[in-house]
Amino acid sequence: MKPADPVLELSGITKHFGAMTANDDISLALAPGEILALLGENGAGKTTLMNILFGHYAADAGDVRVFGQTLPPGRPRAAIEAGVGMVHQHFTLAGNLSVLDNIMLGSEALTKARSARRAARARLIEIAETFQLPVNPEARVATLSVGERQRVEILKALYRQARILILDEPTAVLARPEAERLFETLRGMTAGGLSIIFISHKLHEVMAASDRVAVLRGGRMVAERATAETSAEELAELMVGRRVERPVRQDHAIGAPTLIAERLSVREGSETRLDEVSFTIHAGEILGIVGVSGNGQGALGEVLSGLTQPSSGSLSLNGAPAGHLGPRGLIQAGAARVPEDRHAEGAVADMSVWENAILERLRQPEFSTRGFVRQGAARAHARKLIERFDVRGASDQTRIGLLSGGNMQKLILGRSLATQPRFILANQPTRGLDEGAIAAVHAELLAARSAGAAILLISEELEEAVALSDRIQALVKGRLSRPVAAGQADARRLGLMMAGIWEDESDAA
Amino acid sequence: MRLERRESVPLALVATAPLAAVATALVLAAGLIAAAGVNPLMAYGEMLRGALGSRLAITEMLTRATPLILTGLAAAIAFRAKLWNIGAEGQFFIGALVTAWIGHSLGLPGPLGTAVLMVCAMAGGALLLAGPAYLCLRFGVDEVVTTLLLNFIVILFVGLMIEGPLRDPLAFGWPQSVPVDGAYRLPDLVARTRLHIGLLIAVAAAGMVWLILARTVFGLETRAAGFNPRAAAFAGISLPRTLMGVALLSGALAGLAGGIEVMGVTGGVTTTMSPGFGYAGIVVAMLAALHPAGVVAAAVFVATVFVGADAMARATGVPSFIADVIVALSLLCMLVALLFTTYRVRR
Repeated sequence: MKPADPVLELSGITKHFGAMTANDDISLALAPGEILALLGENGAGKTTLMNILFGHYAADAGDVRVFGQTLPPGRPRAAIEAGVGMVHQHFTLAGNLSVLDNIMLGSEALTKARSARRAARARLIEIAETFQLPVNPEARVATLSVGERQRVEILKALYRQARILILDEPTAVLARPEAERLFETLRGMTAGGLSIIFISHKLHEVMAASDRVAVLRGGRMVAERATAETSAEELAELMVGRRVERPVRQDHAIGAPTLIAERLSVREGSETRLDEVSFTIHAGEILGIVGVSGNGQGALGEVLSGLTQPSSGSLSLNGAPAGHLGPRGLIQAGAARVPEDRHAEGAVADMSVWENAILERLRQPEFSTRGFVRQGAARAHARKLIERFDVRGASDQTRIGLLSGGNMQKLILGRSLATQPRFILANQPTRGLDEGAIAAVHAELLAARSAGAAILLISEELEEAVALSDRIQALVKGRLSRPVAAGQADARRLGLMMAGIWEDESDAA
Repeated sequence: MRLERRESVPLALVATAPLAAVATALVLAAGLIAAAGVNPLMAYGEMLRGALGSRLAITEMLTRATPLILTGLAAAIAFRAKLWNIGAEGQFFIGALVTAWIGHSLGLPGPLGTAVLMVCAMAGGALLLAGPAYLCLRFGVDEVVTTLLLNFIVILFVGLMIEGPLRDPLAFGWPQSVPVDGAYRLPDLVARTRLHIGLLIAVAAAGMVWLILARTVFGLETRAAGFNPRAAAFAGISLPRTLMGVALLSGALAGLAGGIEVMGVTGGVTTTMSPGFGYAGIVVAMLAALHPAGVVAAAVFVATVFVGADAMARATGVPSFIADVIVALSLLCMLVALLFTTYRVRR
């Protein structure tokens, strides 16, 4: 069932980086008005392929045809002129400029004396209305939310008359409702004649939003399926190359209260980031905090990592006050912390694996004496973590920035779990990870639970929260809902909780 | 053409970068020398002869390299922590002033007095940098601005002191401070030259700094804080404490440079005693890619250019300002070279 006239054809694309083959003889066609999902794990070669298509890289072999014309390799401008628009995972907007300025930037001739702002504004508004992407042209980009910024990126491509839109991991930075809105918008845009490729490693959104799926694995195209004729299970197996099953939580008896938060608040100036939040986590229990990020998850994570002190309220760990301990004090009191952003907070990319492995416990006698680092002990410890937590592609000397996201996360997790902590903060522990790594992280968290740790899981992934948690609470606008037991957490109830509707429900019950 | 970040930086490339930068700077400066009507090869020949051509020349060059090693170390350790100390020049002068002031009438026996004076010079430099470091950590005041501007204030203050309370009555009106007591002068390293044991102290300091950065808890915390302050704070490293420690160490090294220059070479303080040792230290640190061992080599190179340029000026008539041009070009070329060590060019 090959479409008659593809708008875009890749044939025989091959690209090597040194000894590594990123793309191996990949061919792909995009039909007009189609949404094609490019599915694959991290490192499967998706982004490389799209960068070749857009002219950021030149392929070693193979060519790219857009509307029947072969593009010269390595020339992004040629791709833009042929009607290809790309929305990168990390946005390329200037925060101090207005939306309109950002969109005009680079598409205006430098030599013209007068800028055609008025005409550009009219055209932008027209495009925005046609594709139902409402935007204020004069708003400064820095003041926009992440979802709005992405809209500006899409508008920028449309303004340059893109007929084919490529989105690289478009939902990586979006909360679930924003992501759903994005896919609705994309669906509307194909009705307007656009063809779309989006890159993803999330099965549920591929199933929900695409017409056709191309699966990449290890740089090769392993399968193409019409979305209607496949299933999430089949795609998962194709993507990973084997059956991956996430571990399942077993019921067991929980212990004594380990972490108690009472009426915790964090205020910054006039803003209340966390509003009188109370919860209790018992030994051997996982408490899941769901909700759209930006509703106090950041503040809660900071307080429990020791980076921010609560403005009011109390926090106790194993019966001792823990609100003012700071990061080092919390670690000594038996807390382990998995940060929300592993690149920004979890690891020092330019330092070695062994240095990162002991960074939290540098001043403990195990790893230093009289101000000197005990390198032998530190390296041995790092090698033990690599072995025990199955960190691939690393020795103790490797620069940690070279590890893939999943392996870096396993190491950070291992670093905190190695001490048999009494309390674990797991803040978005699987964000951006592929299926294999997610299963590994889940298994480790469940093992720590069996060992009697009290775990707070902050997650935007509902499936994850439901699968791992014993109880679930929603954090909305800095306030925490009542807990529901995992068994009673169906989609409708969680949806209501995340929308901030829980008082009504408890009144009715 | 585009730049791609290298996955790993080969060691050979790190070692070649400064050499390539220096070679490029020399080629560029050759154009200027030719424009001045002199054959560049001949000029560079004179320069080498002036700095390395005789025993005396070599000792002069090493005398010049001594304070450069210390100010280079001061910049290197501060830059490792991303603390932009541009004030080594001021810290150098404070170290010099404190040494002459206290050393003029310190009632201690020779070697002990020398050691005490060194500690005083280090304390002076450290305290001078502690102020800007505190303002930066507490209020976010840009330390580049405060340390740079303090240089001018310090030099004017030195001028005030040597015109006033510290004026040397035996200097026939020459603006110079009272000299440090002869008992505290640093012994010569090579007889009948100006080269003194300060060189050994500077090289030992380089070894100490290497040991601190590579082997100690403080060094590891310093590097972590410089590379990624957020991750360092998350892991429980106190940023204020670490950065203040770095500031004290950096200021102390630059202050020591001033103290050693007084005790080893000049005896007293003048406002012209430093041909920009503090600023040249920044170039030295960058050429060394912030590595302590590299600092020693880079200081020797910069000293060679400065000492050699004087000889070249006498022999060929090319103004000795060409030394400043070469050193500045080396810094610019090194910055470009560093770009190519972290990124590769792709078409």
